[in-house]
Amino acid sequence: MASRVLGLLLRYAYLYRRSLARSMELFFWPVMDLLVWGFLSVYLERVAAPRAVSYLVGALILWDVLYRCQQAITLAVTEDIWVKNIINLFVAPVRPAELMVATSIVGVFKAAIPGVLLTVLALVLYDYHLLALGGALAPFLASLLLFGWAVGIFTAGLILRFGQSAEALVWGIPFVLQPFSAVFYPVAVLPGWARTVALVLPSTHVFEGMRAVVAGEGLRGATLIAAFGLNAFYLLAGSLFFAWMLRRVREKGYLGKLGME
Amino acid sequence: MAQPVIEVTGLTKRFGATTAVDDLSFAVPRGEILGLLGPNGAGKTTTLQLLLGLTTPTAGQARVFGLDVQRRRYDVLQRVNFSSAYISLPTNLTGWENLHVFARLYGLRRPRPRVLALAETFGIADLLDRVTGALSSGQLTRLNLCKAFLNDPEVLFLDEPTASLDPDIADVVRETLRAQQRQRGVTIVYTSHNMREVERLCDRVLFLSRGREVASGTPRDVMERARQQTLEDVFIRIARDGRLTDSREAEG
Repeated sequence: MASRVLGLLLRYAYLYRRSLARSMELFFWPVMDLLVWGFLSVYLERVAAPRAVSYLVGALILWDVLYRCQQAITLAVTEDIWVKNIINLFVAPVRPAELMVATSIVGVFKAAIPGVLLTVLALVLYDYHLLALGGALAPFLASLLLFGWAVGIFTAGLILRFGQSAEALVWGIPFVLQPFSAVFYPVAVLPGWARTVALVLPSTHVFEGMRAVVAGEGLRGATLIAAFGLNAFYLLAGSLFFAWMLRRVREKGYLGKLGME
Repeated sequence: MAQPVIEVTGLTKRFGATTAVDDLSFAVPRGEILGLLGPNGAGKTTTLQLLLGLTTPTAGQARVFGLDVQRRRYDVLQRVNFSSAYISLPTNLTGWENLHVFARLYGLRRPRPRVLALAETFGIADLLDRVTGALSSGQLTRLNLCKAFLNDPEVLFLDEPTASLDPDIADVVRETLRAQQRQRGVTIVYTSHNMREVERLCDRVLFLSRGREVASGTPRDVMERARQQTLEDVFIRIARDGRLTDSREAEG
């Protein structure tokens, strides 16, 4: 298993080393987001909203972790369909779990590399210290990483089932989750029905927890328990969904056609 | 017949109302090159997909090395390989990088000597540093075949591997396959629409029409039974009539 996971990691390492555009993409959008949201936060802090930089810039950096993890898994499957390599992978003795482990590890790197850059830039440009979240930072990051994996595995299942016609989901699904995750505002501002949706997302508990820490209320144990409990559920559900989709595409004969579309 | 490496029994695949493979049974002994032939939609590619476990059968069973492909898929995949004119390798990786990655996926511990030897065999040693997207279709086909031989497969499934190749390169590919079969006893299941190629390469052919076996045997046997001079004429008859003998002859 280790050899095959290393083989898959080698493939993604070659891919990033070869593609300047792909490497730039790791940094370009997060930095652009940081500039826009950061300066907006500075402005808001000056006119009326204390701690706007801490709330918004912190949220932006943490959100990017979830987004990058989801993208790493889903894009890996989508790209292998684009370049007609998916069949080569499925006729190699690579188990779906190995593919998911390898792409999840890629997700960690895709989240960590821009994450470090954004943290440094936020410090330089806005005097914002992400590390000021202290002991809460590690569980927050871990929780977003796990949810990013879960969403990525779910989306990869959809891509496997619907092929290139479902490509929009690669980019779209995180943005469906974003408003309900209360990334940039407290969950209390959402209408009642949306609040119900928000509370079943682990990301909501992380961002609520982050705001509580910034407000000096400290890390709430219940927040972390809720986030990790929900993550366990979504990881299991995502994996079962992927396995179900794989079974369906093999029954329907779509897997053979995927790489040949 | 020697102990079969591939055994297919009552294999059936239905997609809704369409039956792609219909109660197909055949066996392939070790070291044989079997041509899986028939017009478009005959069920060749679906049969290959069933043999690789890419598709699950509606009924029947495919066994490779005595192992049920559905239940022991990963054990089978470790010992077989596949190449097709219709799939590719990541275009932004070099030939070496692609082969290195797949060597790892097949568990090769020291991939470099194997990759270099195969690249030499298929005449692409000087292309390994080139990005795959910059290769011609002939060069890409040979790179795909290198990938297919990486794990020293005992069974090779090839789906129209010489489609879109010029005759010279197609000939090189055929000769290489023949040599591999002779030297290493590789069993090859081969689909092609090029009947001259099939006559030259295949020990045995199996014609399908609408998912069912229409004829099987050596190319010469099949031509004699169909009373045709060439395998291409046999193919045309089966494509038009769905059977080996002319319907008017059968009625007569």
